Parts: sequence; C-alpha cells; structure tokens
Amino acid sequence: MSPWIIGFGVFFVYPLLATVFLSFTSYDLISDPIWVGVKNYVFMFTSDPLVWTAIRNTTYLVVAITIGRVGYALASAMVLSKVRRGSGVFRTLFYLPALAPPVAAALAFVFLFNPGTGPVNQVLGWFGIKGLLWFNDPLLAKPALTVLALWASGEIMVILLAALLDVPTEYYEAAALDGAGSFTRFWHITLPTIAPVLTFAVINSIIVGLQYFTEAVVAGAVASGSSDAVGSGTQLGYPDNSTLTFPMWLYQQGFHYYNMGYASTMAIVLFIVSAIFTVILVRQLRKSGMTEED
Amino acid sequence: MAIATHAGAPLTRTKSSQAKRRDFLAWIALHAVAIAMAIGFLAPLVFVLLTAFMTDQQALTKDLWPQTWQWQNFGAVFEKAPLLRYFGQSLTYSVLSTVGMLISSVPIAYGLARLKWKGRTWAFYLVIVAMMLPPQVIAVPMYVLWAKAGLTGTLWPLIIPNFFGDAFSIFLIRQFLISIPQSYIDAARIDGASELGILWRIVIPMAKPGLAAAALFMFLRTWNDYFGPLLYTGESPANWTLSVGLASFRSVHQVQWNLTMAATVLVMLPVIILFFFAQKSFIEGIKLSGVK
Repeated sequence: MSPWIIGFGVFFVYPLLATVFLSFTSYDLISDPIWVGVKNYVFMFTSDPLVWTAIRNTTYLVVAITIGRVGYALASAMVLSKVRRGSGVFRTLFYLPALAPPVAAALAFVFLFNPGTGPVNQVLGWFGIKGLLWFNDPLLAKPALTVLALWASGEIMVILLAALLDVPTEYYEAAALDGAGSFTRFWHITLPTIAPVLTFAVINSIIVGLQYFTEAVVAGAVASGSSDAVGSGTQLGYPDNSTLTFPMWLYQQGFHYYNMGYASTMAIVLFIVSAIFTVILVRQLRKSGMTEED
Repeated sequence: MAIATHAGAPLTRTKSSQAKRRDFLAWIALHAVAIAMAIGFLAPLVFVLLTAFMTDQQALTKDLWPQTWQWQNFGAVFEKAPLLRYFGQSLTYSVLSTVGMLISSVPIAYGLARLKWKGRTWAFYLVIVAMMLPPQVIAVPMYVLWAKAGLTGTLWPLIIPNFFGDAFSIFLIRQFLISIPQSYIDAARIDGASELGILWRIVIPMAKPGLAAAALFMFLRTWNDYFGPLLYTGESPANWTLSVGLASFRSVHQVQWNLTMAATVLVMLPVIILFFFAQKSFIEGIKLSGVK
C-alpha cells in the first residue's frame, strides 16, 4: 500500500490542495505567489472577457456530446444486439474509430469537412445542400466536433451492448406473450434493466465533455490555416472563439500568459463541476451494491 | 464472450406466412441500418486513406479516387517531420507507463478487491474520484512541481506517476479481481501461503485477461494522449510524441492534404494493428469499465 499512499499524496492530494491555495494568489512561476484573496474569482465572473464564451462552449459540447454519444451508441448497440450474421465484423467496424488518436481524428475530420473539396460537402451537394463552412463557421464548428465525438463513441457502445445482451430473454418472451409491442418492451424492460449502465455512460460522457481539449485545439488550429505551431495560442478557439473550451482557456491563461493563480481559480471551478457528477456516480455505485461484492 | 448468441431468439416456431414476411422485412431493415452505420464508421477512414495516396495537386481537387497511387507519400512524410523520433518518444512514454502501472496498480487493486480492511470502501471511492478528475484541474501545481525537479521539457512527468498507481487501471483490475472465486484464495491461505505469495501464484495467473486489458488501455491512453505531452514538451520539439508532432505537422506544410493524411494514417496504424491482435482483451476491458 505504501507506494500508493506516496503516489496518492504527491500526485493527487498535494496538487488539489495546492490548486486551492494558488487560486487565491497571483503567481507567474518565477516569483513567489502573492496572496490576493478572492480577486481571481471576482475577475473570472465579472471581468474576464472570454471565460463566459468558454463556459458556454463547454456547456454546449457537454450537452451535445452526452446526448449524441449516448443516443447514438445506444442505437448502434441495439442494432448490433439484433444482428446475428456477421455481428463480429459489425462490432469491430463500429468500435474501430474509437481507437483513433484524437489528434489524427481531428485532422481527418477537418479534411473531410473542408468547405471546398471535402467529401462531406460533396455528398451534401447531391441533396442540394451547398456551401456549408463547418470548421470555418462559428455556428457549425461545434456541431462538426459533435459528429466527430459520435464517430468515436465505440466504447460506450460496447458497454451498452454488453448490458443489452445481459437482459434476460425470458423477460422479452413473457412480454411478447402478453402482446407487448416493441416500443413497450423497450420502455418497460430494456431501459429499466440497463438504467445503471446508462447512468454510467451519461456521466462518463459528461466528464469527457468537461475536459474537452485536444480535438478543439487541433481542429481550430488546422482550420484557421495559420502556420503557427498548434497550441501556441494565436488561433485558439478559431473561428471567432467558437471552439474555445473552458480547459483550453485555462491552459492558455496558465501556460501561455503564465497567470497561474488565475488558471488555478479556473481549475477549482472545473473541479467543483466534475466533482458533482462524480458524486452522483458514487451514489449510484452504493445503491447498486457494487462496493459490497462479498 | 459469445456476444450475439442469445440475441433475438425466435419466440415461436409456428408462424403464419404473413408473420414470416413481416419478420423477413424487419430483418432486411435491420441489416440495412447496420450496413449504413458501418459505412458511416468506415467512410472517414477510407477517404483519409485514399487521399493519402494522391498527388499534391489531386488532393486539392474534389476527386475521391487516386489517379495514380503515390506510395512514395508514405516515405515523404518521414522527410518532412522526424516521425521516427516521435514514434520512439511515444513508444517510450507508453511502454514505461504500462510497465509502471502493472508493477504498482496490481497490489493496490488486490488490496481493494480482496483484503478486508477498514476504509476499503472509501479508498475505492477515492480511486473513482481520482479516475474522474479532469487532468487540467491539477495541471498548474504539477507543472510547478516538475519544473522545480528540472524535468519539464521531458516526458518523465507523465511516466513517473504511473509507477505509483493509476486510478483507472486500479479500478479496471479491481473489477476483474472481484470475479475470482474467494475459495481459491482461502485454500491457499489455509495452506499457509503469504499474502504476497497468494497474489503472485494464485491471483495474478488467474487475472491475466484483466491485466492484459488494463495494459492495453494504458498503452492506448498514453499513445493517444495530447494534453500531457503538449503541457510538458510543447516547447521542446526534440521530445515531442507522435500526437504533438502530428498536430504541428500541417503548420509547416499546410495545404499538402495528401502528406498530412499519410501521416495521419501512419499514426493511426499502430493502434489499429494492436486492436486486431488483441481485440478480445479490448472488449473485455471496456465491459469491465462499465460501472453498474
């Protein structure tokens, strides 16, 4: 146990406490932190010109990614649970994109969605939909990122598929004898049985959405066409700050402007929000007795 | 792991011809949806691959199929960026992290799953809290700590913590260990085996599938990681990983979609190969991570 106690102390407890402390200071990494009280918190909620944009973007992505990812994964898992011939091949194909490194996936999607020659706009063109700018349009950049998240939703799909196949078939047979239709069966048997796994999928997606960083950074930088190195900050949130997420703004404040006190303040806000969802998950664990296994 | 065996079992054997026709139409509809979805998942990869084979000029047109197959694109990307060095860095990061995780996390997971001690449940909750913590939350003090240790600019700040346990891996291995029958462990204990002996000779051999899954996920997570390497090596190109290098690849050659896509393919390839060799472990691991 002792290595973990060291690890837990040095890599979890200490940085959390230090973040709380630093959030009340002004700190630039070179000189010692200066205590400023709640000034950072006041600045964040009243004066930071971009933090509300970042909060709005992250909220948008959390909602869109959670609904999209869980909904699409549930739909694809239900299809997979019914397919008998070639189910292994289908499962592999559905899951494969989830493995793609996020940087590579983001690059691929900027290419696929590029307005001039991208395959997506070509296909849409067959249906008379023309000229969408996707990653270059402040209104469409986040929907394009959401599509990317759907494409990579394979892990949630595998978890939901396992849960769907665990629903005892007798339940369905009994319901069929009672003359229940497929919607009734889904609503009254499938959903209640997989509810705990569904809750996990939702919370997992929320946490993924809250820390959304890589795809937005890479897609914004590549679509902007700027030749600055990715992560250098000049094209952050392109187009028009529409892809600037909360963790990206935190990173920018802390590691490009060296406002490390203020970045810590943002980190505390991120921690509180994600802790709320973690508590919901832990409560669910207690309820389902997962921790009293023996 | 026969996933599809008991799905959609026929309810009755004797059916009217009308019902049979309805079932057949439902079967067609189901497979049509499955195929459409499969195309949706696969098409992006196919377009990327096809573009990777085009010439510079053709990659800027609406063409979807290469006129000539430019195999040399995959060689050219190595001249444009030191991909081999990035590959080496990624491999170092992933392999050392995986080794460190296995050494440190197995005993902890065993303690959480199989030993009875006060506070065990709370320790497990803490593992979940640590697992769910966004990496950005503790980035500032960790960066300060590693800067003081003189290790920023390298990948060590990302590797070393794994030698002290990794929350997600602990969680995954614990989920597997609780499925091992207690009777094996009790029998060994009655025979006078020490806890370490039980762990080494009974638990680890039985837990191999779970350990394989945890190792694969650790490898994948570090291989795909961008935030960590960007944070610590962003200013030190000599220590970039494939993710950071790929993100910066286009900034030097921005309109060359063919080369960018070729590099993208090369970065995806190791992960895809790994998946095909270890598909079972992947699926097993994901199922374990699904909290009920």
